[in-house]
Amino acid sequence: MFRWTLLFMMAAAALAQSPGRPATEAEIKAMDYTILPNGAGLPKGQGDASSGRTVFEQKCQECHGEHGEGQAGKYPALVGGIGSLKSLNPIRTVGSYWPYATTLFDYVRRAMPYDHPRSLSTNEVYSVAAYVLFMNGIVKEDQELNEKTLPQVKMPNRDGFVPDARPDIKPAASGRPAH
Amino acid sequence: MIDFLQSRRRFLALAAPLTGLVSCKKTVPSEIGAPLSAYGARSPQVTSVRDVRESATPGTGSTRTPLQDLDGIITPSALHFERHHAGVPSIDAAKHEILLHGLVEKPLIFTMADLHRFPSVSRIHFIECAGNSGAEQAGNPQPDPQKSAGLFSCSEWTGVPLSLLLKEAVLRPEAKWIVAEGADACMMARSIPIEKALDDILVAYSQNGEPLRPEQGFPVRLVVPGWEGNINVKWLHRLHVVDQPSMTRDETSHYTDLMPDGKAQIFTFPMEAKSIITRPAGRQKLAYGPGSYEITGLAWSGRGKVQRVEVSTDRGQTWQDAELQAPVLSKAATRFRLMWTWNGTPAALQSRCTDETGYVQPSLDDLVRVRGRFFQYHCNAIKTWFVHEDGSVSHV
Repeated sequence: MFRWTLLFMMAAAALAQSPGRPATEAEIKAMDYTILPNGAGLPKGQGDASSGRTVFEQKCQECHGEHGEGQAGKYPALVGGIGSLKSLNPIRTVGSYWPYATTLFDYVRRAMPYDHPRSLSTNEVYSVAAYVLFMNGIVKEDQELNEKTLPQVKMPNRDGFVPDARPDIKPAASGRPAH
Repeated sequence: MIDFLQSRRRFLALAAPLTGLVSCKKTVPSEIGAPLSAYGARSPQVTSVRDVRESATPGTGSTRTPLQDLDGIITPSALHFERHHAGVPSIDAAKHEILLHGLVEKPLIFTMADLHRFPSVSRIHFIECAGNSGAEQAGNPQPDPQKSAGLFSCSEWTGVPLSLLLKEAVLRPEAKWIVAEGADACMMARSIPIEKALDDILVAYSQNGEPLRPEQGFPVRLVVPGWEGNINVKWLHRLHVVDQPSMTRDETSHYTDLMPDGKAQIFTFPMEAKSIITRPAGRQKLAYGPGSYEITGLAWSGRGKVQRVEVSTDRGQTWQDAELQAPVLSKAATRFRLMWTWNGTPAALQSRCTDETGYVQPSLDDLVRVRGRFFQYHCNAIKTWFVHEDGSVSHV
């Protein structure tokens, strides 16, 4: 009798289980695209700028230009602008603005080429990331990037970001209305 | 009509057909009207639409809400602004799932049916694109409310508090951020601090009483009250609990705010207090000559409730308190109104919002003085409309 009661209680508990089912390791692995700036999440693989040049010419150049210069108002420049951020003509590119090389890998892997996202192999992503960094003078042409070395690449604007400083315009500046 | 002394472009659009009916001396038809319909449509005389801006990459870009044509605080779902980074995906809700994993005790997968088993909540919140009014800051004032500030809309959202899903999965102590990812072609992803996730974020499946529109994230999206539009991830399919932000493209390359000193502010989430007069406004006309007009518009704050809206008709020399239409809700649009007697001389109309934190909406000059012209995002400066002697209203 006690056994039946226990079974009944277990069944009731199962029925009352909250919504959602446990995710398996395989399900998580299939969907997990997160890459952190410390390199966590980077897949095993490698590439350098030499191999990346071919990928870039075939898959990227049509929009981003032969030298990664982009097309004004249409496709962003990937190269140049380093040192321009303080000027009256700041140019924000991967080279001049992006703080982490991992972001470049992550974005290319998940979203590029625009019309065929996630069509590049892991090695092609490492390669083309290396080529974009090479065009910016950040890595050498034969420098291998992989899951260990990519997070170590120091981007020129790595220290260029500060936390939200708002509210930065104090009410005093505007003045309160006289009533 | 005689005592209805208000200038409304929409009203004028209606006036012509009405006049036509009157001239037929037949305002009530004797023949039977149109049949029942399974899903209603607006009158063909109402033609207000979103302002569509095409881009070189099909599917990317934005449309703007026709703020000047709206009443109250709710944006009709069909007029809610859009901002997509890789087009609108077509998702089968019956097969759609959200994976919740990372620094949790129990990684879980939720179907849409699962989400509907949780207790639901409905709340009215605005969503504003971080880039709204960016042209104003860049020194290019826009000619009407839609073009100036139309990347702003307000809806009633229904869904499950994100905190409930996190409770099911049980957060580990080292959980600090959540990466939210969409199922659009570019798998747009943003990192969100865990404190906000536990506070007021909704995993929303309904907008204004019906399932989300595809362009608003069908079948499920995040609504992150008061925070920049981009982080309200649409087509949500993955939530990854982590110990640090992922530094995705859309929180580094984009949606960061470059200051005059060359440094950029990052994780600038709340949309600060802002308001705009929507009538009379640019491209409208005070059509009845000198006399009484209602000045009305919308105010909001990403930090809470609107406490006060002041209106000036002399470009900020003097201010008058506008009436706030109830309900005044936190992180929602608030409608304001002020009756004004126009004396027929040039005027410059402005509105200024103060929120419950005491923060006052700045002038464009003050904002540019601190942030420069390249801040690009989060422009909440006071907008000016110029009334000319002939009653026309413009942005310059």
